[in-house]
Amino acid sequence: MEMNEEKRRGQGASDSEVLARTKAVLGPMGVMIHTHSQHGDDTLVAHAEDVLKVMEFLRDDKSLKFDMMMDLTVVDYLGAEEVHPYLKPMNARFEVVYHLYSVEKNHRIRVKVPLPEDSPYVDSVTGIWVGADWFEREAWDLYGVMFRGHPNLKRILLYEDFVGHPLRKDYGKMKRQPLIGPVN
Amino acid sequence: MKEENREKGYDFHEASRTETMTINMGPSHPATHGTVKFFLTLDGETIEDIDVEIGYLHRAFEKECEAQKWNGVFPYTDRLDYTASVLNNVGYAMAAEKLIGIEVPERCQYLRTMISEMARMSGHYTNVGAGALELGALTAFIYFIEARELLWDLIESVCGARLTHNYVRIGGLTNDLPDGFRENVKRVFAKNRKLWDDFDIMLTKNRIFLDRMRDTGGISQKDAIAWGFTGPCLRATGVPYDVRRAQPYLVYDRMNFDIPVGTTGDNFDRYLVRMEEIKQSMSIVEQCLAQMPEGPINVDDARWRMPSKDDSSTRMEPLIFHFKQVIEGPSIPVGEAYQAVEGANGELGYYLVSNGGGKPWKCRVRPPSFALTSALPLLVKGSLLADLIPTFDMINLIGGECDR
Repeated sequence: MEMNEEKRRGQGASDSEVLARTKAVLGPMGVMIHTHSQHGDDTLVAHAEDVLKVMEFLRDDKSLKFDMMMDLTVVDYLGAEEVHPYLKPMNARFEVVYHLYSVEKNHRIRVKVPLPEDSPYVDSVTGIWVGADWFEREAWDLYGVMFRGHPNLKRILLYEDFVGHPLRKDYGKMKRQPLIGPVN
Repeated sequence: MKEENREKGYDFHEASRTETMTINMGPSHPATHGTVKFFLTLDGETIEDIDVEIGYLHRAFEKECEAQKWNGVFPYTDRLDYTASVLNNVGYAMAAEKLIGIEVPERCQYLRTMISEMARMSGHYTNVGAGALELGALTAFIYFIEARELLWDLIESVCGARLTHNYVRIGGLTNDLPDGFRENVKRVFAKNRKLWDDFDIMLTKNRIFLDRMRDTGGISQKDAIAWGFTGPCLRATGVPYDVRRAQPYLVYDRMNFDIPVGTTGDNFDRYLVRMEEIKQSMSIVEQCLAQMPEGPINVDDARWRMPSKDDSSTRMEPLIFHFKQVIEGPSIPVGEAYQAVEGANGELGYYLVSNGGGKPWKCRVRPPSFALTSALPLLVKGSLLADLIPTFDMINLIGGECDR
């Protein structure tokens, strides 16, 4: 019952409508790095500086209408850059991963934005989907990725005095932080 | 004095206006279920501003998962939405199976669907019951806790645990149904339906309950979508989005069930949607039991599903695979996958990344109540402090899931 290798890697098969439309418009704009449909999940990899342009298009396009930002997270590929072929040439360590969903059209897309270690900055999408607020705060808290233009970028799951960003791969699992008392 | 005031254009309302007061509510407050702190700015009894502070139950879910073998993650997923823990197991297993590219046997799919719906019932019983409790309806709470206990007896007979079930595995399940399960379901569901009816009579038309729930904590469809609402809270606004129907998984496409939707998006609609979903879930469980075929519950591939204890203690090949699974973990192919299931609170999505090792490189869970709680200021600003209680109840923040 196993899928063949080509299908699993999402290559060879023809593009879904979502990916075809996305490629047709964003391709000429030069904002795309890579696309794939691994396991049937349409994925678009875009340059960090174009994230607002890409997201606005995905939300406003009549045939896409991604009106909901379902999830936002970051992956730290330190030591596993070979997982995605485009990471090494870009000298990227992090990848911000957005999962978008269209309630009206009932389709999904994953948008990924690779970021280098020395400048993990990306524009905040809170202006496009208000719901991104806490998700971006969490990404900052746990990975130390900065979201430009976020209204209130402070820690959310951890406390203010916490030092470092614990989901980075170079943060040891057993590393301890000093105990703190009540703040207020 | 009076004359003087009139001359000055004395405004009584303005003069009796209190200064705003800032207070902390929580992190352990008797009227909220869940550990969370509200930093409130009050004008009299009206909420002018609210800052929600979460994270009190943060226990590094993702960091722990990255340190476990793929199969070792299950006990951690149990503790996400612990009122409906099998749902978390199922979501994770399905995401991992998507990454491998295997499909579990039909009987396993039916069993997963059935146990998922039992978990959803348990989640809704807890939410609605505790919500009623916090509005003073202790009796109603006891009724639903009884229903939940009976349901947990059933789940315990299947997997041996009442709260954190740890029932699902990549490529299968830990075990099949016990003897006499169908009769027990019949007995328990008959009692559950009776308790549901009693609960309904006590609350749904109760004046006090209605006054607290109706027209409080409302949200429009547009806002709900923009804030990433899913599950009963989104359906209460009238959007019929349910992962089970929109993108069917397991055997939901063979099930006959309704998706209840509300009209106003207020707390009362959220309550009604959940109440109806309990009934629909009971019906799905019964349909699963009626349609369920005989057959294996695990994939027949020792690379993914650990061989049975009998096999691995008597034969060499299974013993080798057993060792490989325990020591190295299954080597899931390099790649990434997102799998969503309909959790008790909304879309529960798992985003897994594998680098080909025995451990997940990344194990992200999209927690529905995190998105819901983030919109709490929008729901309660300008309303009375007392309205915060039913709104927070119906948002159903589950600390384990929201804080991870």
